[in-house]
Amino acid sequence: MRTSERPAAPARSLPLTLRLNGRDATFTIEPEVTLLDLLRERGGLTGTKKGCDRGQCGACTVLVNGRRTLSCLALALAHAGDAITTIEGLADGDRLHPVQAAFVEHDALQCGFCTPGQILSAVGVIAEGRARTDDEIREAMSGNLCRCGAYPNIVAAVAAAREALR
Amino acid sequence: MRAFEYVVADSPAAARALARESGDARFYAGGTTLVDLMKSDVERPGRVIDISRLPLTAIELRGDVLRIGALARNSDVAYDPAVARRFPAVSEALLSGASGQIRNAATIGGNLLQRTRCTYFRETRWRCNKREPGSGCDALDGFNRGHAILGTSDSCIATYPGDLAVALCALSANVIVEGDAGERTVALDELYVLPGDRPERENTLAAGELITGIELRAEPLYEHSHYLKIRDRASYEFALASVACAIELEGGRIARARLALGGVATVPWRAREAEDLLAGSPPGDAAYRRAADAALAGARTRAHNGYKVELAKRAIVRALRTACGGAA
Repeated sequence: MRTSERPAAPARSLPLTLRLNGRDATFTIEPEVTLLDLLRERGGLTGTKKGCDRGQCGACTVLVNGRRTLSCLALALAHAGDAITTIEGLADGDRLHPVQAAFVEHDALQCGFCTPGQILSAVGVIAEGRARTDDEIREAMSGNLCRCGAYPNIVAAVAAAREALR
Repeated sequence: MRAFEYVVADSPAAARALARESGDARFYAGGTTLVDLMKSDVERPGRVIDISRLPLTAIELRGDVLRIGALARNSDVAYDPAVARRFPAVSEALLSGASGQIRNAATIGGNLLQRTRCTYFRETRWRCNKREPGSGCDALDGFNRGHAILGTSDSCIATYPGDLAVALCALSANVIVEGDAGERTVALDELYVLPGDRPERENTLAAGELITGIELRAEPLYEHSHYLKIRDRASYEFALASVACAIELEGGRIARARLALGGVATVPWRAREAEDLLAGSPPGDAAYRRAADAALAGARTRAHNGYKVELAKRAIVRALRTACGGAA
């Protein structure tokens, strides 16, 4: 069979444009690509971590239109036009975001793998106004696991960042 | 994840037509449970219909009826002032479910249609009648500590995992469904079906039907409704037992009571016999315990979940105390 006679495979890849850390970015992707894999494999933004890849650990947390969301449980194509903020998009040049600065100040990490997700989640929690007490922070941050057990310092960092962002 | 066709629906009617035409389609709203089950190769849709941009997100109180669009996000509904004030059990149930990130993505319609699932359903190496009809059930004699004790069958003992539907069940919510013949209203506890010998079928929706919203009628007793969830961890965990309840007192006696259970049954479980026992009784632990005994009278336990009988009874007593404190 000549190449020209072969029936064309249906085009499975589709175009996608979204805003990544304040800039428009366009991709051509298969439907199976999650937002997480888009960021890491296509967007070069490996700061967003793939932990469990099943919505259980929170390491892949990003902001979608300002709200914290798990990028591993979202199809990228469903986010056309959305504004996505990852850990790479938080700092202002060399000036850390107040939540990043608070994590450094309070030593809120050990190995650091969960930290991008913790920080994006904390940014979301503070914006939601659900970080009023330490107990509220613990409850609101329960979707972010830390296997090093840095929880006490994470709570302290989120509380300090809340004050810094007032 | 297996390959699938992705299409975007621009209206509920278009979404339904796309579903009917495919035969093995799934609607995509928040994606939180669908994508998870697709990665596990449990859900294998040939077509995924993205309905997430349809204008079904409104939360409106008109007169004494609250209508919540199917695509309203769980977190938006939980923090809605009208929901929190008129139907606190709904707000509490939503906030007890999943995590903040998931509640920001998950939708009300999707939450109602999350699969009833157990660990054996989620792992394709085990036998599961729900996943592969007629293949058997490895949970019956397996590690069934989290499994159901009410509404089970010899085919399936998976626990209905949601919280929201348990609260909606107690508060007699209606589900608005759009189909070819127009809109129909289904009482929430008639949306779900017991597993029987067909556990793969979990609800009464027909092919091509789409949930567009839910309706709750505001009643004074719902303002004192309460949702209590008992689980292994303080947060981000499924219920081992949960209770949604509401109580209205009149002249020192319980005039009306509403009671539904989660975490112990194969569907959101309305405990009407217990409600009838509570009505007319003076409030207090004696009446609560009698109601709890009635609610669990039909429990059938397996090797590892016998503890749920007493756990659920104590949860009922505690939840009724709280609700009654609020109603006093």
